[in-house]
Amino acid sequence: MINLATDIAKFQRTEIKNTVKIKTNNLNFYYGEKHVLKNINLDIYKNRVTSIIGPSGCGKSTFIRLINRMNDFISGAKAEGKILLDGKNILDKNINVVKLRRKVGMVFQKPNPFPKSIYENVAYGLYVNGQKKGIDTDKRVIESLKHAALFDEVNERLNDSALSLSGGQQQRLCIARCIAVRPEIILFDEPCASLDPISTSKIEELILKLKDDYTIIIVTHNMQQALRISDYTAFFLMGELVEFDETKKIFENPKDKRTEDYITGKFG
Amino acid sequence: MKKKEGFGFLIIKILTAVTVLSFLVIIGFIFFKGIKVMSWSFITKFPENFMTEGGIFPAIVGSFYLVLLSVFFAIVPSVATAIYLNEYSKSRRLARIIKISINNLSAVPSVVYGLFGLGIFVKYLKFGVSMLSGSLTLSIVILPLMISSANEAFMAIPNSLREASMALGATKWFTIKKILLPIAMPSIITGIILSIARAAGETAPILFTAAVFYSPELPHSILSEVMALPYHIYALVTEGTSPEVQVPIAYGASLVLIMLVIILSIAAIVIRERNRRVYDKLGN
Repeated sequence: MINLATDIAKFQRTEIKNTVKIKTNNLNFYYGEKHVLKNINLDIYKNRVTSIIGPSGCGKSTFIRLINRMNDFISGAKAEGKILLDGKNILDKNINVVKLRRKVGMVFQKPNPFPKSIYENVAYGLYVNGQKKGIDTDKRVIESLKHAALFDEVNERLNDSALSLSGGQQQRLCIARCIAVRPEIILFDEPCASLDPISTSKIEELILKLKDDYTIIIVTHNMQQALRISDYTAFFLMGELVEFDETKKIFENPKDKRTEDYITGKFG
Repeated sequence: MKKKEGFGFLIIKILTAVTVLSFLVIIGFIFFKGIKVMSWSFITKFPENFMTEGGIFPAIVGSFYLVLLSVFFAIVPSVATAIYLNEYSKSRRLARIIKISINNLSAVPSVVYGLFGLGIFVKYLKFGVSMLSGSLTLSIVILPLMISSANEAFMAIPNSLREASMALGATKWFTIKKILLPIAMPSIITGIILSIARAAGETAPILFTAAVFYSPELPHSILSEVMALPYHIYALVTEGTSPEVQVPIAYGASLVLIMLVIILSIAAIVIRERNRRVYDKLGN
Protein backbone atom coordinates (compact mmCIF):
# COMPACT_ATOMS: atom_id res chain seq x y z
CA MET A 1 0.00 0.00 0.00
CA ILE A 2 2.72 2.40 1.05
CA ASN A 3 4.81 1.28 -1.88
CA LEU A 4 2.01 2.05 -4.20
CA ALA A 5 1.67 5.53 -2.73
CA THR A 6 5.35 6.29 -3.16
CA ASP A 7 5.24 4.90 -6.66
CA ILE A 8 2.42 7.20 -7.52
CA ALA A 9 4.28 10.10 -5.93
CA LYS A 10 7.33 9.24 -7.97
CA PHE A 11 5.32 9.04 -11.11
CA GLN A 12 3.77 12.39 -10.42
CA ARG A 13 7.13 13.94 -9.81
CA THR A 14 8.58 12.75 -13.05
CA GLU A 15 5.61 14.26 -14.75
CA ILE A 16 6.29 17.65 -13.21
CA LYS A 17 8.18 19.75 -15.65
CA ASN A 18 11.79 20.40 -14.78
CA THR A 19 12.43 23.84 -13.41
CA VAL A 20 15.90 25.26 -13.61
CA LYS A 21 17.37 25.99 -10.19
CA ILE A 22 20.91 26.81 -11.20
CA LYS A 23 22.12 27.95 -14.57
CA THR A 24 25.73 28.59 -15.46
CA ASN A 25 26.55 30.98 -18.25
CA ASN A 26 29.96 30.75 -19.93
CA LEU A 27 31.55 29.92 -16.62
CA ASN A 28 35.34 30.05 -16.55
CA PHE A 29 37.60 29.53 -13.60
CA TYR A 30 41.32 30.05 -13.13
CA TYR A 31 43.82 29.15 -10.43
CA GLY A 32 46.47 31.71 -11.26
CA GLU A 33 47.52 30.86 -14.81
CA LYS A 34 45.75 27.52 -14.84
CA HIS A 35 42.46 27.46 -16.70
CA VAL A 36 40.49 24.99 -14.61
CA LEU A 37 36.94 25.37 -15.94
CA LYS A 38 36.32 26.24 -19.56
CA ASN A 39 33.10 27.81 -20.71
CA ILE A 40 30.69 25.73 -18.70
CA ASN A 41 27.02 26.07 -19.63
CA LEU A 42 24.92 23.81 -17.50
CA ASP A 43 21.41 23.70 -16.05
CA ILE A 44 20.70 22.11 -12.70
CA TYR A 45 17.06 21.19 -12.16
CA LYS A 46 15.11 21.69 -9.01
CA ASN A 47 14.45 18.60 -6.86
CA ARG A 48 16.63 16.45 -9.03
CA VAL A 49 19.88 14.71 -8.35
CA THR A 50 22.57 15.77 -10.77
CA SER A 51 25.85 13.92 -10.69
CA ILE A 52 29.10 15.29 -11.94
CA ILE A 53 31.47 12.63 -13.17
CA GLY A 54 34.92 12.72 -14.70
CA PRO A 55 38.53 11.74 -14.03
CA SER A 56 40.56 13.32 -11.23
CA GLY A 57 41.56 16.90 -11.91
CA CYS A 58 38.79 17.54 -14.42
CA GLY A 59 37.33 20.37 -12.37
CA LYS A 60 34.35 18.59 -10.80
CA SER A 61 35.04 19.68 -7.25
CA THR A 62 36.07 23.13 -8.35
CA PHE A 63 32.74 23.42 -10.12
CA ILE A 64 30.53 22.60 -7.15
CA ARG A 65 32.68 24.65 -4.80
CA LEU A 66 31.85 27.65 -6.93
CA ILE A 67 28.18 27.22 -6.18
CA ASN A 68 28.69 27.98 -2.47
CA ARG A 69 31.75 30.13 -3.13
CA MET A 70 34.11 27.89 -1.17
CA ASN A 71 36.82 28.74 -3.67
CA ASP A 72 36.87 32.27 -2.32
CA PHE A 73 39.52 31.24 0.20
CA ILE A 74 42.02 30.25 -2.46
CA SER A 75 44.35 33.08 -3.33
CA GLY A 76 44.84 33.68 -7.02
CA ALA A 77 41.49 32.12 -7.91
CA LYS A 78 39.33 33.95 -10.42
CA ALA A 79 35.90 33.16 -11.82
CA GLU A 80 34.34 34.61 -14.97
CA GLY A 81 30.87 34.24 -16.37
CA LYS A 82 27.73 33.71 -14.38
CA ILE A 83 26.15 31.23 -12.06
CA LEU A 84 22.48 32.06 -11.78
CA LEU A 85 20.73 30.73 -8.71
CA ASP A 86 17.01 31.42 -9.12
CA GLY A 87 18.07 33.96 -11.70
CA LYS A 88 20.53 35.80 -9.48
CA ASN A 89 24.23 35.78 -10.26
CA ILE A 90 25.99 34.40 -7.20
CA LEU A 91 29.43 35.28 -8.52
CA ASP A 92 28.48 38.92 -8.20
CA LYS A 93 30.77 40.87 -5.86
CA ASN A 94 27.82 42.23 -3.91
CA ILE A 95 26.36 38.87 -3.08
CA ASN A 96 26.24 38.06 0.64
CA VAL A 97 28.35 34.92 0.76
CA VAL A 98 27.24 34.03 4.26
CA LYS A 99 23.59 34.12 3.21
CA LEU A 100 24.38 32.19 0.06
CA ARG A 101 25.98 29.40 2.07
CA ARG A 102 22.88 29.10 4.20
CA LYS A 103 20.97 28.44 1.01
CA VAL A 104 23.57 26.10 -0.46
CA GLY A 105 24.69 23.42 1.96
CA MET A 106 27.67 21.17 1.45
CA VAL A 107 28.73 17.69 2.47
CA PHE A 108 32.42 16.97 2.07
CA GLN A 109 34.51 14.08 0.88
CA LYS A 110 35.69 13.10 4.32
CA PRO A 111 33.21 13.28 7.18
CA ASN A 112 34.18 16.41 9.11
CA PRO A 113 32.09 16.62 12.26
CA PHE A 114 33.22 19.14 14.83
CA PRO A 115 34.85 17.69 17.93
CA LYS A 116 31.68 18.49 19.84
CA SER A 117 28.67 16.47 20.89
CA ILE A 118 26.30 14.96 18.34
CA TYR A 119 23.65 17.45 19.40
CA GLU A 120 25.97 20.45 19.16
CA ASN A 121 27.09 19.43 15.70
CA VAL A 122 23.58 19.54 14.33
CA ALA A 123 22.67 22.66 16.29
CA TYR A 124 25.79 24.52 15.11
CA GLY A 125 24.24 25.81 11.92
CA LEU A 126 21.27 27.07 13.93
CA TYR A 127 23.58 28.92 16.30
CA VAL A 128 25.25 30.41 13.27
CA ASN A 129 21.88 31.81 12.32
CA GLY A 130 21.53 33.36 15.74
CA GLN A 131 19.15 30.77 17.16
CA LYS A 132 19.59 30.07 20.87
CA LYS A 133 19.44 26.82 22.78
CA GLY A 134 15.90 25.82 23.58
CA ILE A 135 12.94 23.75 22.55
CA ASP A 136 12.95 25.03 18.99
CA THR A 137 16.58 24.05 18.58
CA ASP A 138 15.95 20.66 20.20
CA LYS A 139 13.07 20.02 17.83
CA ARG A 140 15.07 20.97 14.77
CA VAL A 141 18.04 18.85 15.83
CA ILE A 142 15.88 15.78 16.31
CA GLU A 143 13.99 16.40 13.09
CA SER A 144 17.25 16.77 11.16
CA LEU A 145 18.74 13.62 12.67
CA LYS A 146 15.58 11.72 11.73
CA HIS A 147 15.72 13.14 8.26
CA ALA A 148 19.31 11.99 7.94
CA ALA A 149 18.31 8.48 9.09
CA LEU A 150 20.61 8.69 12.08
CA PHE A 151 18.26 9.42 14.94
CA ASP A 152 17.54 5.81 15.92
CA GLU A 153 21.23 5.08 16.22
CA VAL A 154 22.16 8.08 18.36
CA ASN A 155 18.91 8.81 20.13
CA GLU A 156 20.24 7.80 23.55
CA ARG A 157 23.59 9.52 23.34
CA LEU A 158 23.04 12.92 21.81
CA ASN A 159 25.56 14.38 24.24
CA ASP A 160 28.34 11.98 23.29
CA SER A 161 31.17 13.22 21.16
CA ALA A 162 30.48 13.07 17.46
CA LEU A 163 33.91 11.54 17.06
CA SER A 164 32.69 8.38 18.77
CA LEU A 165 30.53 7.60 15.73
CA SER A 166 31.60 5.38 12.85
CA GLY A 167 32.64 6.94 9.56
CA GLY A 168 29.28 6.32 7.92
CA GLN A 169 27.40 7.67 10.92
CA GLN A 170 29.65 10.71 10.96
CA GLN A 171 28.84 11.39 7.34
CA ARG A 172 25.11 11.12 8.02
CA LEU A 173 25.65 13.47 10.95
CA CYS A 174 27.25 15.93 8.55
CA ILE A 175 24.18 15.60 6.34
CA ALA A 176 21.94 16.22 9.35
CA ARG A 177 24.04 19.26 10.23
CA CYS A 178 23.64 20.50 6.69
CA ILE A 179 19.87 20.05 6.46
CA ALA A 180 19.26 21.53 9.90
CA VAL A 181 19.64 25.00 8.42
CA ARG A 182 17.15 24.09 5.67
CA PRO A 183 19.15 24.90 2.58
CA GLU A 184 17.62 24.76 -0.88
CA ILE A 185 20.53 23.03 -2.51
CA ILE A 186 22.92 20.43 -1.16
CA LEU A 187 26.32 19.88 -2.72
CA PHE A 188 27.89 16.49 -2.14
CA ASP A 189 31.61 16.30 -2.86
CA GLU A 190 32.31 12.57 -3.19
CA PRO A 191 30.44 11.87 0.05
CA CYS A 192 31.14 8.14 0.02
CA ALA A 193 34.79 8.23 -0.98
CA SER A 194 35.97 7.13 2.45
CA LEU A 195 33.07 4.85 3.36
CA ASP A 196 32.47 1.11 3.26
CA PRO A 197 29.78 -0.34 0.94
CA ILE A 198 27.07 -0.60 3.59
CA SER A 199 27.53 2.98 4.75
CA THR A 200 27.65 4.01 1.12
CA SER A 201 24.31 2.42 0.34
CA LYS A 202 22.77 4.11 3.37
CA ILE A 203 23.98 7.49 2.15
CA GLU A 204 22.70 6.77 -1.35
CA GLU A 205 19.27 5.85 -0.02
CA LEU A 206 19.29 9.04 1.96
CA ILE A 207 20.19 11.17 -1.04
CA LEU A 208 17.31 9.66 -3.00
CA LYS A 209 14.97 10.62 -0.18
CA LEU A 210 16.40 14.09 0.18
CA LYS A 211 15.65 15.08 -3.39
CA ASP A 212 12.01 15.53 -2.46
CA ASP A 213 13.00 18.62 -0.55
CA TYR A 214 16.32 19.68 -1.99
CA THR A 215 18.12 20.17 -5.23
CA ILE A 216 21.13 17.91 -5.14
CA ILE A 217 24.45 18.00 -6.92
CA ILE A 218 26.85 15.17 -6.29
CA VAL A 219 30.41 14.75 -7.44
CA THR A 220 31.33 11.13 -7.71
CA HIS A 221 34.08 8.89 -8.98
CA ASN A 222 31.79 5.95 -8.84
CA MET A 223 29.89 5.52 -12.08
CA GLN A 224 27.55 2.93 -10.61
CA GLN A 225 26.65 5.43 -7.95
CA ALA A 226 25.86 8.10 -10.52
CA LEU A 227 23.68 5.59 -12.33
CA ARG A 228 21.92 4.48 -9.15
CA ILE A 229 21.00 7.81 -7.68
CA SER A 230 21.07 10.59 -10.21
CA ASP A 231 18.48 11.88 -12.64
CA TYR A 232 20.98 13.87 -14.64
CA THR A 233 24.67 13.43 -15.25
CA ALA A 234 27.30 15.85 -16.41
CA PHE A 235 30.60 14.51 -17.70
CA PHE A 236 33.59 16.80 -17.21
CA LEU A 237 36.94 16.32 -18.88
CA MET A 238 39.95 18.58 -18.47
CA GLY A 239 37.83 21.51 -17.42
CA GLU A 240 35.28 21.13 -20.16
CA LEU A 241 31.70 19.99 -19.92
CA VAL A 242 31.72 17.22 -22.50
CA GLU A 243 28.19 16.01 -22.15
CA PHE A 244 25.12 16.63 -20.04
CA ASP A 245 21.91 14.69 -20.21
CA GLU A 246 19.56 12.40 -18.37
CA THR A 247 21.63 9.83 -16.55
CA LYS A 248 20.03 6.97 -18.46
CA LYS A 249 20.94 8.48 -21.79
CA ILE A 250 24.50 9.24 -20.73
CA PHE A 251 25.09 5.67 -19.67
CA GLU A 252 23.10 3.85 -22.34
CA ASN A 253 23.62 6.04 -25.29
CA PRO A 254 26.33 8.66 -24.89
CA LYS A 255 26.64 11.06 -27.78
CA ASP A 256 30.28 11.87 -27.34
CA LYS A 257 33.01 9.30 -27.91
CA ARG A 258 34.96 10.57 -24.88
CA THR A 259 31.98 10.03 -22.61
CA GLU A 260 31.61 6.50 -23.88
CA ASP A 261 35.29 5.78 -23.35
CA TYR A 262 35.12 7.09 -19.82
CA ILE A 263 32.03 5.23 -18.70
CA THR A 264 33.20 2.01 -20.28
CA GLY A 265 36.41 2.34 -18.34
CA LYS A 266 38.83 2.94 -21.22
CA PHE A 267 40.43 5.74 -19.19
CA GLY A 268 39.98 7.54 -15.96
CA MET B 1 72.20 -6.91 12.77
CA LYS B 2 70.43 -7.83 15.98
CA LYS B 3 73.58 -7.12 17.96
CA LYS B 4 74.04 -3.75 16.36
CA GLU B 5 70.48 -2.85 17.20
CA GLY B 6 70.94 -3.95 20.81
CA PHE B 7 73.99 -1.78 21.07
CA GLY B 8 72.12 1.21 19.68
CA PHE B 9 69.34 0.72 22.18
CA LEU B 10 71.86 0.48 24.98
CA ILE B 11 73.33 3.85 24.04
CA ILE B 12 69.88 5.40 23.88
CA LYS B 13 69.08 3.93 27.31
CA ILE B 14 72.29 5.27 28.81
CA LEU B 15 71.74 8.72 27.40
CA THR B 16 68.17 8.76 28.70
CA ALA B 17 69.42 7.67 32.10
CA VAL B 18 71.99 10.48 32.11
CA THR B 19 69.27 13.02 31.37
CA VAL B 20 66.94 11.72 34.04
CA LEU B 21 69.78 11.40 36.50
CA SER B 22 71.03 14.95 36.07
CA PHE B 23 67.49 16.17 36.61
CA LEU B 24 67.18 14.10 39.77
CA VAL B 25 70.58 15.22 41.01
CA ILE B 26 69.70 18.89 40.59
CA ILE B 27 66.33 18.51 42.28
CA GLY B 28 67.79 16.30 45.00
CA PHE B 29 70.67 18.68 45.65
CA ILE B 30 68.39 21.69 45.96
CA PHE B 31 66.00 19.67 48.08
CA PHE B 32 68.55 18.49 50.62
CA LYS B 33 70.27 21.83 50.81
CA GLY B 34 67.02 23.76 50.95
CA ILE B 35 65.07 21.58 53.35
CA LYS B 36 67.46 22.49 56.18
CA VAL B 37 66.15 26.03 56.46
CA MET B 38 62.61 25.14 55.48
CA SER B 39 59.96 25.84 58.07
CA TRP B 40 56.56 27.40 58.26
CA SER B 41 58.03 30.70 59.39
CA PHE B 42 60.55 30.61 56.53
CA ILE B 43 57.64 30.72 54.10
CA THR B 44 55.42 33.12 55.99
CA LYS B 45 57.82 35.64 57.57
CA PHE B 46 59.64 38.71 56.35
CA PRO B 47 63.45 38.68 56.24
CA GLU B 48 65.02 39.88 59.45
CA ASN B 49 68.37 41.10 60.63
CA PHE B 50 69.86 42.10 57.27
CA MET B 51 68.69 38.95 55.53
CA THR B 52 70.39 36.61 57.93
CA GLU B 53 67.22 35.43 59.63
CA GLY B 54 63.51 35.28 59.09
CA GLY B 55 61.67 34.19 55.99
CA ILE B 56 61.17 34.97 52.35
CA PHE B 57 57.45 35.65 52.29
CA PRO B 58 57.57 38.92 50.32
CA ALA B 59 59.75 37.32 47.65
CA ILE B 60 57.25 34.48 47.23
CA VAL B 61 54.38 36.90 46.94
CA GLY B 62 56.36 39.08 44.54
CA SER B 63 57.26 36.18 42.25
CA PHE B 64 53.69 34.93 42.32
CA TYR B 65 52.36 38.32 41.24
CA LEU B 66 55.03 38.78 38.58
CA VAL B 67 54.28 35.39 37.02
CA LEU B 68 50.52 35.87 37.02
CA LEU B 69 50.72 39.38 35.62
CA SER B 70 53.19 38.49 32.90
CA VAL B 71 51.07 35.54 31.73
CA PHE B 72 48.03 37.80 31.87
CA PHE B 73 49.74 40.42 29.70
CA ALA B 74 51.10 37.89 27.21
CA ILE B 75 48.01 35.77 26.69
CA VAL B 76 45.88 38.04 24.51
CA PRO B 77 48.64 39.25 22.16
CA SER B 78 49.99 35.72 21.70
CA VAL B 79 46.62 34.18 20.87
CA ALA B 80 45.82 37.12 18.62
CA THR B 81 49.11 36.66 16.77
CA ALA B 82 48.46 32.95 16.30
CA ILE B 83 44.97 33.69 14.99
CA TYR B 84 46.29 36.30 12.62
CA LEU B 85 49.05 34.04 11.30
CA ASN B 86 46.73 31.11 10.69
CA GLU B 87 43.35 32.58 9.91
CA TYR B 88 43.79 36.04 8.48
CA SER B 89 47.23 36.53 6.99
CA LYS B 90 46.90 36.16 3.23
CA SER B 91 50.54 36.72 2.36
CA ARG B 92 52.69 33.72 3.13
CA ARG B 93 55.81 35.87 3.03
CA LEU B 94 54.52 38.23 5.68
CA ALA B 95 53.54 35.27 7.86
CA ARG B 96 57.03 33.86 7.46
CA ILE B 97 58.66 37.14 8.36
CA ILE B 98 56.51 37.32 11.48
CA LYS B 99 57.39 33.75 12.42
CA ILE B 100 61.10 34.37 11.93
CA SER B 101 60.97 37.50 14.08
CA ILE B 102 59.18 35.59 16.82
CA ASN B 103 61.81 32.87 16.76
CA ASN B 104 64.55 35.46 16.90
CA LEU B 105 62.81 37.09 19.80
CA SER B 106 63.22 33.88 21.79
CA ALA B 107 66.96 33.90 21.06
CA VAL B 108 67.50 37.33 22.58
CA PRO B 109 69.47 37.06 25.87
CA SER B 110 67.23 37.86 28.79
CA VAL B 111 69.46 40.62 30.13
CA VAL B 112 68.80 42.51 26.90
CA TYR B 113 65.10 42.32 27.66
CA GLY B 114 65.94 43.70 31.06
CA LEU B 115 67.65 46.70 29.52
CA PHE B 116 64.79 47.15 27.08
CA GLY B 117 62.32 47.10 29.96
CA LEU B 118 64.41 49.63 31.83
CA GLY B 119 64.52 51.94 28.83
CA ILE B 120 60.89 51.63 27.75
CA PHE B 121 58.73 50.77 30.75
CA VAL B 122 60.72 52.18 33.64
CA LYS B 123 62.08 55.34 32.06
CA TYR B 124 60.13 56.25 28.94
CA LEU B 125 56.64 55.25 30.09
CA LYS B 126 57.56 56.28 33.63
CA PHE B 127 56.21 53.13 35.28
CA GLY B 128 59.29 53.21 37.48
CA VAL B 129 60.84 50.13 39.02
CA SER B 130 57.57 48.31 39.60
CA MET B 131 55.62 45.10 39.22
CA LEU B 132 54.06 46.62 36.13
CA SER B 133 57.41 47.25 34.42
CA GLY B 134 58.77 43.87 35.50
CA SER B 135 55.77 41.84 34.42
CA LEU B 136 55.54 43.65 31.09
CA THR B 137 59.20 42.86 30.49
CA LEU B 138 58.66 39.24 31.49
CA SER B 139 55.63 39.03 29.24
CA ILE B 140 57.85 39.91 26.27
CA VAL B 141 60.25 37.19 27.36
CA ILE B 142 57.51 34.55 27.36
CA LEU B 143 55.71 35.87 24.30
CA PRO B 144 57.58 33.72 21.74
CA LEU B 145 56.89 30.60 23.78
CA MET B 146 53.20 31.35 24.06
CA ILE B 147 52.86 32.38 20.44
CA SER B 148 54.52 29.25 19.14
CA SER B 149 52.38 26.90 21.21
CA ALA B 150 49.21 28.75 20.22
CA ASN B 151 50.37 28.88 16.62
CA GLU B 152 51.01 25.16 16.50
CA ALA B 153 47.59 24.52 17.98
CA PHE B 154 45.87 26.46 15.21
CA MET B 155 48.11 24.93 12.55
CA ALA B 156 47.17 21.44 13.68
CA ILE B 157 43.45 22.01 13.19
CA PRO B 158 42.44 20.39 9.91
CA ASN B 159 41.13 22.74 7.28
CA SER B 160 38.08 20.54 6.83
CA LEU B 161 36.67 21.89 10.10
CA ARG B 162 37.04 25.47 8.94
CA GLU B 163 35.35 24.55 5.69
CA ALA B 164 32.54 22.74 7.49
CA SER B 165 31.81 25.81 9.55
CA MET B 166 32.05 28.27 6.66
CA ALA B 167 29.85 26.05 4.51
CA LEU B 168 27.13 26.41 7.14
CA GLY B 169 27.24 30.16 6.66
CA ALA B 170 29.41 30.96 9.66
CA THR B 171 31.66 33.99 9.50
CA LYS B 172 35.36 33.65 10.10
CA TRP B 173 35.09 35.19 13.54
CA PHE B 174 32.23 32.88 14.56
CA THR B 175 34.29 29.91 13.38
CA ILE B 176 37.29 31.04 15.40
CA LYS B 177 35.21 31.64 18.50
CA LYS B 178 33.12 28.50 18.46
CA ILE B 179 35.28 25.91 16.74
CA LEU B 180 38.95 26.82 16.54
CA LEU B 181 39.63 28.44 19.92
CA PRO B 182 38.08 25.62 21.94
CA ILE B 183 40.15 23.09 20.00
CA ALA B 184 43.32 25.13 20.45
CA MET B 185 42.75 25.77 24.16
CA PRO B 186 44.66 22.79 25.63
CA SER B 187 47.76 23.71 23.62
CA ILE B 188 47.45 27.34 24.60
CA ILE B 189 47.36 26.27 28.23
CA THR B 190 50.43 24.09 27.69
CA GLY B 191 52.16 27.24 26.46
CA ILE B 192 51.08 28.97 29.65
CA ILE B 193 52.54 26.17 31.77
CA LEU B 194 55.90 26.46 30.05
CA SER B 195 55.74 30.21 30.38
CA ILE B 196 55.07 30.06 34.10
CA ALA B 197 58.29 28.18 34.66
CA ARG B 198 60.20 30.57 32.45
CA ALA B 199 58.76 33.73 33.98
CA ALA B 200 59.24 32.51 37.53
CA GLY B 201 62.87 31.66 36.96
CA GLU B 202 64.10 34.67 35.02
CA THR B 203 66.31 37.06 36.93
CA ALA B 204 67.79 39.41 34.39
CA PRO B 205 64.53 40.87 33.01
CA ILE B 206 63.37 41.91 36.48
CA LEU B 207 66.79 42.99 37.70
CA PHE B 208 66.41 46.60 36.60
CA THR B 209 62.65 46.73 36.18
CA ALA B 210 60.90 45.34 39.23
CA ALA B 211 63.00 43.69 41.87
CA VAL B 212 64.42 45.13 45.05
CA PHE B 213 66.73 43.48 47.52
CA TYR B 214 64.60 44.27 50.49
CA SER B 215 61.15 45.65 50.95
CA PRO B 216 59.62 46.14 54.35
CA GLU B 217 56.10 45.57 53.08
CA LEU B 218 54.14 43.64 50.50
CA PRO B 219 53.41 45.40 47.20
CA HIS B 220 50.22 47.40 47.49
CA SER B 221 49.75 48.23 43.83
CA ILE B 222 51.15 47.21 40.48
CA LEU B 223 53.32 50.30 40.64
CA SER B 224 55.12 49.07 43.75
CA GLU B 225 58.53 47.54 43.53
CA VAL B 226 58.70 43.94 44.71
CA MET B 227 60.99 41.30 46.03
CA ALA B 228 61.21 38.24 43.83
CA LEU B 229 62.65 34.78 44.43
CA PRO B 230 65.26 34.57 41.66
CA TYR B 231 66.60 38.01 42.45
CA HIS B 232 66.54 37.27 46.15
CA ILE B 233 68.66 34.18 45.55
CA TYR B 234 71.04 36.13 43.35
CA ALA B 235 71.39 38.95 45.86
CA LEU B 236 71.91 36.65 48.84
CA VAL B 237 74.70 34.79 47.11
CA THR B 238 76.49 37.75 45.55
CA GLU B 239 75.91 40.62 47.92
CA GLY B 240 75.37 38.97 51.25
CA THR B 241 77.55 40.04 54.12
CA SER B 242 77.44 36.79 56.02
CA PRO B 243 77.43 33.95 53.50
CA GLU B 244 77.50 31.19 56.13
CA VAL B 245 73.84 31.91 57.02
CA GLN B 246 72.69 33.55 53.79
CA VAL B 247 73.71 30.85 51.31
CA PRO B 248 71.51 28.24 53.06
CA ILE B 249 68.65 30.74 52.85
CA ALA B 250 69.33 31.01 49.13
CA TYR B 251 68.99 27.23 48.83
CA GLY B 252 65.76 27.39 50.74
CA ALA B 253 64.51 30.10 48.40
CA SER B 254 65.49 27.95 45.40
CA LEU B 255 63.48 25.06 46.73
CA VAL B 256 60.50 27.34 47.25
CA LEU B 257 60.90 28.70 43.73
CA ILE B 258 60.83 25.20 42.27
CA MET B 259 57.79 24.37 44.35
CA LEU B 260 56.05 27.55 43.26
CA VAL B 261 56.60 26.61 39.62
CA ILE B 262 55.35 23.08 40.23
CA ILE B 263 52.23 24.29 42.04
CA LEU B 264 51.36 26.85 39.36
CA SER B 265 51.98 24.26 36.64
CA ILE B 266 49.79 21.69 38.34
CA ALA B 267 47.02 24.27 38.59
CA ALA B 268 47.33 24.94 34.86
CA ILE B 269 47.40 21.22 34.06
CA VAL B 270 44.24 20.68 36.10
CA ILE B 271 42.52 23.48 34.19
CA ARG B 272 43.70 22.00 30.90
CA GLU B 273 42.49 18.51 31.72
CA ARG B 274 39.13 19.77 32.89
CA ASN B 275 38.88 21.76 29.71
CA ARG B 276 39.70 18.69 27.63
CA ARG B 277 37.22 16.51 29.43
CA VAL B 278 34.36 18.92 29.11
CA TYR B 279 35.27 19.37 25.51
CA ASP B 280 35.43 15.68 24.70
CA LYS B 281 32.36 14.57 26.56
CA LEU B 282 29.90 17.40 26.57
CA GLY B 283 31.03 18.88 23.36
CA ASN B 284 31.75 22.45 24.30
